Amino acid sequence: MTTRWFGAPVQRVEDDRLLRGRGQFTDDIDEGALESFIVRSPFAHARIKSIDVTAAQSVPGVVALYLAADLPFGSTDLPILIPHPNLTHGRTQRCLASDVVRYVGEAVAFVVADNRYIAEDAADLVEVEYEPLPVVITPEAAAAAEHLVHDDVPGNVAAEMLQERGNVQEALARSSHRKRLRLRFERGAASPMEARAVWARWSEAEHRLTVYDSTQSPTSIRGGLAVLFGLPESDVDVIAPDVGGGFGPKIMLFYPDELLVPFAAMRLGRPVKWTEDRQEHFTAVNQERGQVHEVEVGFDGEGRVLALNDDFVHDAGAYTPYGIILPIITAAQVPGPYSVPNYRVRFRDMYTNATPTSPYRGAGRPHACFVMERTLDAIAAELGLDRVEVRRRNLIAADQFPYEVGVAWQDGNRVVYDSGNYPALVDRAVEMLGPRPAGDHIGMGLSPYVEGTGVGPYEGAHVQVLVSGKVVAATGIPSQGQAHATVWAQIVADALGVDVADVEVTSGDTRKFQWGVGTFASRGAVMAGNAMAVAAGMVAEKAKHIAADLLEANPADLELAGGRVRVKGSPERGVPLAAVAVHANPMRYAFGGGTEAATQFTPRPRPGPPLAVGEQPGLEATGYYSTTGSTWAAGCHAAYVRVDPKTFRLEILKYVVVHDCGRLINPLVVQGQIEGGVAQGIGGAFYERLAYDADGQLRNASFMEFLMPYATEIPAIEIDHIETPSPLNPLGIKGAGEAGVIPVGAVIASAVEEALGVPINEMPLSPLKLYELVTTRS
Amino acid sequence: MKPAPFEYHAPRSIEQACEMLGSLEDAKVLAGGQSLLPLLNFRLARPAHLVDINRIPNLDLIYERDGGVAVQALVRQAEVEDSNLVARVCPLLSLGVRLVAHRVIRNRGTVCGTLAHADPASELPAVLLALRGHVVARSTRGSRIIPASGFFTSVMQTTLAPDELMVEAWFPASTGRYAIAEESRRHGDFALAGAVRYGDRLVLFGVAPTPVLADPKDPIRDLRPSGDLEATPEFRLHLVQVLTERLFAA
Amino acid sequence: MRVNGVAHPPVGDSRRLLSDHLRHDLGLTGTHVGCEHGVCGCCTVLFDGAPVRSCLMLAVQAEGHEVTTIEGLAAPGEPLHPVQQAFHECHGLQCGFCTPGFVMSVVGLLREHPNPTPEQVNEGISGNLCRCTGYASIRRAVLRAAELSQK
Repeated sequence: MTTRWFGAPVQRVEDDRLLRGRGQFTDDIDEGALESFIVRSPFAHARIKSIDVTAAQSVPGVVALYLAADLPFGSTDLPILIPHPNLTHGRTQRCLASDVVRYVGEAVAFVVADNRYIAEDAADLVEVEYEPLPVVITPEAAAAAEHLVHDDVPGNVAAEMLQERGNVQEALARSSHRKRLRLRFERGAASPMEARAVWARWSEAEHRLTVYDSTQSPTSIRGGLAVLFGLPESDVDVIAPDVGGGFGPKIMLFYPDELLVPFAAMRLGRPVKWTEDRQEHFTAVNQERGQVHEVEVGFDGEGRVLALNDDFVHDAGAYTPYGIILPIITAAQVPGPYSVPNYRVRFRDMYTNATPTSPYRGAGRPHACFVMERTLDAIAAELGLDRVEVRRRNLIAADQFPYEVGVAWQDGNRVVYDSGNYPALVDRAVEMLGPRPAGDHIGMGLSPYVEGTGVGPYEGAHVQVLVSGKVVAATGIPSQGQAHATVWAQIVADALGVDVADVEVTSGDTRKFQWGVGTFASRGAVMAGNAMAVAAGMVAEKAKHIAADLLEANPADLELAGGRVRVKGSPERGVPLAAVAVHANPMRYAFGGGTEAATQFTPRPRPGPPLAVGEQPGLEATGYYSTTGSTWAAGCHAAYVRVDPKTFRLEILKYVVVHDCGRLINPLVVQGQIEGGVAQGIGGAFYERLAYDADGQLRNASFMEFLMPYATEIPAIEIDHIETPSPLNPLGIKGAGEAGVIPVGAVIASAVEEALGVPINEMPLSPLKLYELVTTRS
Repeated sequence: MKPAPFEYHAPRSIEQACEMLGSLEDAKVLAGGQSLLPLLNFRLARPAHLVDINRIPNLDLIYERDGGVAVQALVRQAEVEDSNLVARVCPLLSLGVRLVAHRVIRNRGTVCGTLAHADPASELPAVLLALRGHVVARSTRGSRIIPASGFFTSVMQTTLAPDELMVEAWFPASTGRYAIAEESRRHGDFALAGAVRYGDRLVLFGVAPTPVLADPKDPIRDLRPSGDLEATPEFRLHLVQVLTERLFAA
Repeated sequence: MRVNGVAHPPVGDSRRLLSDHLRHDLGLTGTHVGCEHGVCGCCTVLFDGAPVRSCLMLAVQAEGHEVTTIEGLAAPGEPLHPVQQAFHECHGLQCGFCTPGFVMSVVGLLREHPNPTPEQVNEGISGNLCRCTGYASIRRAVLRAAELSQK
């Protein structure tokens, strides 16, 4: 393989339409669609006594109004996306609630009208009589279990899991030093700039359901819709068009609207659209991050961790549609880049009367990193050691790979780090951070981290060389801004020896590629990227075999370069790829493109029919990439911050990132992923939190009060890369999507702790929180 | 998030606007709309009538009068920010208006609208009070001047009557020593606490239902701020002391 | 109202937001709607040349005025506007949802400050939210746009 495009800072091919305002996001699709609104529960926990829709139905312009009883699947519990044996009490909601609502924002009724204004007018008139029930809001309240979220789930425990490596009790007993910490992470939200949207059309003539959905997994939605609507999958198309950011919560199976909109479109025989507004996004879309950890660590006088016991509660929210992926990831990632010879972790996944949780960029890892880094800082403080030195003493050495952590991973396999060089990351970060700036109330924070990326089971790709010589490629997983169309074009262009501009990639459209899993867990580049390489490699082989017949050469002596298949060492002896594409269809009525060039070559005669058994026409191939192991990316962030001792404003003076995601496909894209991730991490560390009150009302469900940072709050970030290729895949790549966000909370906490001299045991922070910590201490 | 139904009116003169405000039940004036439209979109405000004054000619002047600057009802905050006249005569207003939200909001939002909206955490009401300015209200009953000290009554409440239109605000020249400081979570956010200094006069905002005069030597005396997600009453009192110290230091 | 130089008939429903009118009545879907309470900036358009939030205006208010949307900056097939070009060169966008609002705000910013300082850049884009880029590449794009605009 040449490396002409791989690794190059290729500018994005998807920019032009987006910059001209000619992208296509779901709400941009119209075709005379009816618009809709979902009536949601204003109570965190209540029994529905009655629903009266007569006044709402009489509003002029209202076309339909559906309650649970109107839906053929209305009494079906929605699926658990990822079941797990430890999820003993998994519960999911129904499309529309008719009995009990368990969080503010749970869907109750669906109004379809001529436009959204009318739908909202009608929704105001839907009269639901609720009988409020006691609410369970915090993880602590869930654990206390004075009230139950689900009557039939004792103690509010959805799942419990205990894992142990070594013998923690014994190791703690013989540790010369021990320390206990209680660490708390509050709920946050992904908040992509585009909220969710679904558009659907049913064509009776074609017997075909077409759904546009701002989802991160159109293939799963398609499969699920086919089952629920009793259609063969081939009659259902699901397309994730341009998606305005995802960061995790845009995968579900299903959000209620993903069923209601296609249902209404089929029932009404007209396109129907639902576009979520920002207010409902805050409670209707899955959240994350709420956890409380009780940690006990045993260590020696040199600061080496001998034993770590972590017992934590994960705030599941009202239902567990996503299984227990989040606490499993946290449990797996607490040890991070450190050698923890004895590690015991128990979690309980607890129901609360709040929006369900599912992965949000970082997905259980920011909390895990925070727990370990706070623990190491506590060790350093206890022993009076340098914090960076304590980290160095505990890091897994560069020669210890593959490294088995001794716990389960989210895919059911064991956690095995494939490759890395953690000490080098820390050294480089320290070097980049440089000397401490002068002044008071300045603190330094440093945190290395690992990230399991590129989980299976598989992705696939289809690559085809057209008779024009242009290449089209498709994969099942959609992009939410990660530049899939650019980086996969780079991979395909290298394999086929063409210009990157000649490769057009479609992703997330089941009409173009029907198999796949989804865009999550920093897996897109690893899984679909390698699938692209496989498919493009198959096409290259096929091209060589066809060209071998045309050039009377041995396929092994051929190479693809400059848009041609040519003889190695004799580049003048070759045939345009376009002509090979023409010859790839022996029954052709060819014209245009490479046809004329193709006539210059006559294949050497061979026996049998033009298309032998097992052969397929067309210069195309479908390939899959599947793996059992995850690629483990890693990095180290470090910062100097200043905290105003009076106003408790945070000023980030310097922020550096060293990042290792194996071989870089496109440094521009990786840089963007890191810069964006760090900004999201800063938001989650100092600005954003979801503030539920005792009644389960979200008190800051708007961008006025949920404080996503503007440019003025985000500093410049210095980035460097170390490339430790993954041995697990031919491209040597690892995922990069979530890395930026993971250690930011740990870095800020450590730096603020030093700046103010107060222990930091929770996330996120705020001026108010710091004021209270400082005044409580004094 | 779409507004509930309302009847829309676009008067072409102040007189017409005043007639509408005098005769229509439950009418709300729409000027820049940067505070009102969010309330309409959230359906937190559902006025029966909107009286859009943007079509009224000759209501968009900044001019000098009585030793100060008058800012008419349709003057956008950005125009005040960029005004050389304001910078010369009333630089405190120039400073204050820059702290209002973001430039794109200031391109549309009006100074008079901000005063009439009377958000307790808003900068301009405090500036008006610190400078001892006034607003001019018109109705079919006539015209009256309401001094800042008698204008703000409670959270988003003023002495402007339902049939009155604020046609201009008047800010006296800031000849004395002046400064404004605030603490907000993000750039452009409403203040957790804010303070305006004009000479020896101190006005606080964001810490009471209205902007309030305070004693620079004991700024938190009799102050009972409310708490919210980002600031408890204690933190607000603390910030008031910090801000006052800053404004009166040196 | 004139939108991107083209005259359009009066707005039917007086409670329709300008953002909805542009997107759903005129088909100019490049103007995006991210929050409908004026914070995110995705819906920013030029109103008589100055950037404003189209979700905080009624469409009827735009009658008799000139509105420019992202589609109006560069005609199809024509080269990108310098601000658009700079965003492309500097990787100033990822998902592209906030991008039209940023571009329109930056067009306004550069009219007021053709050579913005880094502080003016930050201030100028501080009314727009982006969840993908972390703003670094957007800051670079604004400076690059200033350069391109003067060529």
